[in-house]
Amino acid sequence: MSFPEPISPRSPRFLVGVVILLVLALVPQISDAIGESYYVTIVTRILIFGLAASSLNLILGYGGLVSFGHALYLGIGAYAVGLLSFYGVSNGWIHLAATVGLCAIVSLLTGLVCMRTSGMGFIMITLAFAQMFFFLGVSLKQYGGDDGLKISSRSNFEPLFSIEGNTGLYYFSLILTLGVLYLTWRFVNARFGRVLRGSKSNIQRLKVLGFPILRFQVLTYVISGCVCGVAGLLLGNFTKFASPAYMYWTVSGDLIVMVILGGIATVMGPLVGAAVYVVLETILSSYTQHWMVILGPMILVIALTATRGVWGLFPRGEAPNWEKRTP
Amino acid sequence: MGETHAVTQNILSTHGLTKRFGGLLVSDAVDLEVRTGELHSIIGPNGAGKTTLINQLTGEIVPDGGKIEFDGTDITTMPSYKRSLLGLARTYQITSIFHEFSALENVALAAQAHSGHSYGVWRPASRDPALNEPSHRALEQVGLVAKRHVVAGELSHGEHRQLELAMGLVTEPKVLLLDEPMAGMGRVESAFLSKLLASLKGRYTIVLIEHDMDVVFALADRITVLVYGKAIACGVPSEIRASLEVKRAYLGERYAAG
Repeated sequence: MSFPEPISPRSPRFLVGVVILLVLALVPQISDAIGESYYVTIVTRILIFGLAASSLNLILGYGGLVSFGHALYLGIGAYAVGLLSFYGVSNGWIHLAATVGLCAIVSLLTGLVCMRTSGMGFIMITLAFAQMFFFLGVSLKQYGGDDGLKISSRSNFEPLFSIEGNTGLYYFSLILTLGVLYLTWRFVNARFGRVLRGSKSNIQRLKVLGFPILRFQVLTYVISGCVCGVAGLLLGNFTKFASPAYMYWTVSGDLIVMVILGGIATVMGPLVGAAVYVVLETILSSYTQHWMVILGPMILVIALTATRGVWGLFPRGEAPNWEKRTP
Repeated sequence: MGETHAVTQNILSTHGLTKRFGGLLVSDAVDLEVRTGELHSIIGPNGAGKTTLINQLTGEIVPDGGKIEFDGTDITTMPSYKRSLLGLARTYQITSIFHEFSALENVALAAQAHSGHSYGVWRPASRDPALNEPSHRALEQVGLVAKRHVVAGELSHGEHRQLELAMGLVTEPKVLLLDEPMAGMGRVESAFLSKLLASLKGRYTIVLIEHDMDVVFALADRITVLVYGKAIACGVPSEIRASLEVKRAYLGERYAAG
């Protein structure tokens, strides 16, 4: 179980991955064909939370640091869209730049504080920061406070493309999410990622080997926060709404559940986890509002039986040997 | 003449190094002098403070008083990673490796700390010849190359010791601190390792903590004896063997008689 998840192109896991990608590419066409445009919005939701969970996976799965406040960055992204729109700035690129900029600043400052702690301290302090921003959102009465802020129109990326329609937003979310998954795969297998994975495994040894590990952890946290912010930007556009509820601690908890459910420290896991979560939520909540009663035991079973979640259930086969032969 | 100068120069030294754990004095004004190129052994009974001394040298424990100098630099308060980059490497008495990584990746990670920067986010590290080639050589040196793709957690105890040594060697350190490299090894493995240490001697400056007195007296150029945190003697093996104080404190009847 070595973990840059080397994978054989003939393994079930690889084939399932290809099928997932093909289906994702055709979701709008499929839901058109069966006349249920509703499916597009469900899968968009999956993509957005998959993106957010992927960002969390970077620091939680590969870095071994349990951030219990990642919803904070979802909120920053949504509010960046909301507040800029409120003041008449509808340009999507400005929204994107503001989101990434704000998330970078907030994650750098909070990261420098959080990384001084570890274990339970880290969990609590990330939670505390997220809750601070939650209450900040609640207290901003002029921007809706508790009730949130309505976003009149989605971020404007015209003339290049438009996300005003649901199909446009779907493909925008799809490209961003798949792009991030690819970058994650490159990242965790590159030198930086190896250091990060090492820090999860044996941080003391890593320091003595000669790595200023705090820098690597803070940088990862910043990258993670910025990516999650982009998910927040998508969420704001998707719901046309920015609400303090996006930053509530239960949302951070949901993201952790998605990562563990799908497969911690795997590239595809968080997206799979988000899919399982959103689909179950959609189906089960139509029967009962206490749908967590059913999800809870499922999480328990996955956590106890499959260390790499649902995604880990698909065998990855014998990994190809990449090592360059040395003379 | 220049060579004589180089040999007698101290690459690593401590002056009045002091460390307390509560009321217990674990390093009692230790003056240690390690000369360039020598194999310097630190011996002493269990609880003498040998590992604590090493931990202070690498910066994992901060001393309460005194000074540590390495290669002409005062490193007393320097963080661990910087000491490593200056050329101070160590192995652990209780194996400290990356259990989820393959043997090769363990060594490559050690190599990575000393090879360029580690902020690369694009090129796969596992296919980087600048890391793999020296790692391959280091594993060959310690006799572990055949198991380079085995996940470290699945290697035997003896193989862990070999892996630790490879992780130390791959960076070609100026000083290699070996904390009981043979602890818990079988006879065959020990014999292999002591032969390996003999082959490393002269090529690296080595500080060796070891309980196997036969190995220590066969390999060491000089020996420091640590008892209750105090360095009670330092000298060449024959001097240490002859010292009454050492006999009383540590070596026991067998060596006292010899």
